Amino acid sequence: MSSFPKRTLLVLALACGVGAAAWAQPKTAGYAGIGRDATPKEVAAWDIDVRPDFKGLPPGSGSVTRGQDLWEGKCASCHGVFGESNQVFSPIVGGTTAEDIKSGHVARLKDPAFPGRTTLMKVTSLSTVWDYVYRAMPWNQPKSLTPDDVYAVTAYMLNLGGIVPDDFTLSDKNIREVQARMPNRNGGTTAHAMWPGNELGRAAKPDVSAVACMRDCVPAASSVTQLPPHARGSHGNLADQNRLVGAQRGIATAAPAAAVKTSAPAAAAPKVPVALLEKNSCTACHGMTQKLVGPAFSDIAKKYPGQTDHLLQKIKAGSTGVWGAIPMPPQTLGDDDAKAIARWLADSAGP
Amino acid sequence: MSGSIQQTGQVRKAPENFLDAQGVRAVFAEAGKGRRDFIRNAFAAAVAGTAATSSALAQTRTAVGDGDPAILNLPAHSTGLGQPVVTDGYGKPSKYEANVQRRQSPGLTPTAQASVSFAPLQSLFGIVTPSGLHFERHHQGWWDIDPSKHRLMVNGMMKTPKVFTLDELMRLPSVSRFHFIECGANTGMEWGNVAVPTAQYTHGMLSCSEFTGVPLITLLEMAGADLKGERFVLAEGADGSSMTRTIPMSLIRSGEVLVAYGQNGEMLRPEQGYPLRLVVPGVQGVSWVKYLRRIELGDQPYGAKDETVHYVDLMPDGQHRQYTSIQECKSVVTTPSGGQMLLDKGFYNITGLAWSGRGSVKRVDVSVDGGRNWRTARLESPVLSKCLTRFNIDWVWDGTPAIIQSRAMDDTGYVQPSYKQLRAVRGTRSIYHNNAIQSWQVQANGEVANVQLS
Repeated sequence: MSSFPKRTLLVLALACGVGAAAWAQPKTAGYAGIGRDATPKEVAAWDIDVRPDFKGLPPGSGSVTRGQDLWEGKCASCHGVFGESNQVFSPIVGGTTAEDIKSGHVARLKDPAFPGRTTLMKVTSLSTVWDYVYRAMPWNQPKSLTPDDVYAVTAYMLNLGGIVPDDFTLSDKNIREVQARMPNRNGGTTAHAMWPGNELGRAAKPDVSAVACMRDCVPAASSVTQLPPHARGSHGNLADQNRLVGAQRGIATAAPAAAVKTSAPAAAAPKVPVALLEKNSCTACHGMTQKLVGPAFSDIAKKYPGQTDHLLQKIKAGSTGVWGAIPMPPQTLGDDDAKAIARWLADSAGP
Repeated sequence: MSGSIQQTGQVRKAPENFLDAQGVRAVFAEAGKGRRDFIRNAFAAAVAGTAATSSALAQTRTAVGDGDPAILNLPAHSTGLGQPVVTDGYGKPSKYEANVQRRQSPGLTPTAQASVSFAPLQSLFGIVTPSGLHFERHHQGWWDIDPSKHRLMVNGMMKTPKVFTLDELMRLPSVSRFHFIECGANTGMEWGNVAVPTAQYTHGMLSCSEFTGVPLITLLEMAGADLKGERFVLAEGADGSSMTRTIPMSLIRSGEVLVAYGQNGEMLRPEQGYPLRLVVPGVQGVSWVKYLRRIELGDQPYGAKDETVHYVDLMPDGQHRQYTSIQECKSVVTTPSGGQMLLDKGFYNITGLAWSGRGSVKRVDVSVDGGRNWRTARLESPVLSKCLTRFNIDWVWDGTPAIIQSRAMDDTGYVQPSYKQLRAVRGTRSIYHNNAIQSWQVQANGEVANVQLS
């Protein structure tokens, strides 16, 4: 470190001091020794993405029939046998027609009454399906499918959507022909102002332009809609989701936790007697779960489960040599306090 | 008790009014003996008996008899020995702050691994989100990855593909910047109608941190990248989903995009992509790839699932807008906000957050009459580009119903739209990129509700 070059320090200072402009400074140091060349095998192991022009697609093939077998074993539990399940994730298949395959626009996307949107209704590029299945599926075992497996399950999904026939085999050779049949291949646009660069031929201006009016801007609200009363408690007790100090409280939308506790049977496990532990200075020497001067409360509880009387006696009379050289002197706390603490320790010293 | 208080439209009274006469006598008798825990329990029990009230304890502000027992009776923490130093090597918030937590919206997602937790915006101060409260979105569960085994590869249109270790990346000159991160789906549940009760659920897929890392451009230059012409960068994660996103070259050229390992002075939390994530200021969170393992440079966009199939905006003409990335100018009042209850009539400091993915917040206006009239709020420093900005404004509540809104403007002149203005262009079937003005209705009883106006 003593030979750390002065100019590197300068680069550091610039980087810290002037933020975004710093990288534009000349790279005099060259960052020697940082990073190494990747080997071709390393690049191949990770460079698995497939672009819409199918750059990156590995060779291989898979039939609809084989895809069905794979699907039923690895995919159907989440996506349904016919790719129609809405139980775990959005459905994959449904909502497209033969007419959509001709036009490349899914007509039902214009129909606000049509419920939901399936993957085949939305996807513009088959590369997206192939890429995502290969990198992320099956959901609990991502990257366990071979390229041939991915061709097969993709063929099966396309078959369910009526895009390829039952006897079809999808491969790197014919995937472009199938792309030309994707039902929503013409349904995407980049003509908007929400891509930050100039790369996608973006619109120059945001689509919505509001004006910052200050006086008499809108008539008084004609109607105010809010959550219906039956949904009031749908997100739990809001009183428990807001701070207990400050300008406001949370609204109680369910029975507060305190009410539940008071109605619990008397035999319920004792809560942490925080006030007793603090009042009697127990916490000066014992942590909840870590050793301080003396052992953690949790460790004591583990050593003497259910032994309330033994613990009570130790608290009152003191103890030495059990946990180390430092003795615990006899404690002069009241009987009630001592019993409560002993009971809590004997009952696992839980929260 | 409080039930009738609400019905008559009165504000909440001080806590002694929640007890009946006998309860009051018992409390003050016990208070005289210094049994603070008894008072706590008595109040809690009284409140528990009235489901319509908050379980929270309002503090007595009127001196009774000789004065406030909280002053007159010295508590244990003034008369006993406290906790030793380093009881917790990594500290925790006060136990009295246990309500301030990340939460899932019930029923929003069917699995726990492909899910989201919302940051408790209604309880935060300033602009920085504590790392442990930063919202989470995972697609295939989170991992705590061994940093000594993590690698970053840079490949594609460049002279030599490179591999970096964490040690090496952390030796490079670093920069630290404050930026907000917002999920493209934030407020998505509200596109069609009121759906959730609090600011946590309407806007809590939003957080802000100081991020520390290396500008991505530095690594591309080290690999001899071809930066001429139209270029796109693909970012890829190392987790199960290996999420990919196409990143705008202009942001990378500007040096804004960071390969980050630090967050709020510590290493990234595992839920935030430890040990390495991409930081793409102003752009929706899904592009801030977590567990970042690879950067590829190419001459075409990559058509990743989350830019062409999900996180797309369905327009009324049936076209999907793809690669919609910028989080447009937006704001929300966090205090008071939905699901809360004002303690009393009188003075309040309305406060909230404003942000823009296109630059810095220039102005925030606040209305308490449902958008009819507006006043310009104070902006608290710092006001930084593509970062949360805290605003506040004085308000005296007279106990009558009010509708509170905030409207932000950024330094490009863009003004945050109303729901009416936004829906006129984009319809109601989108999920993503809802930046409409939020309305909170303060009712006569002090309850604050999430509402939409028409």
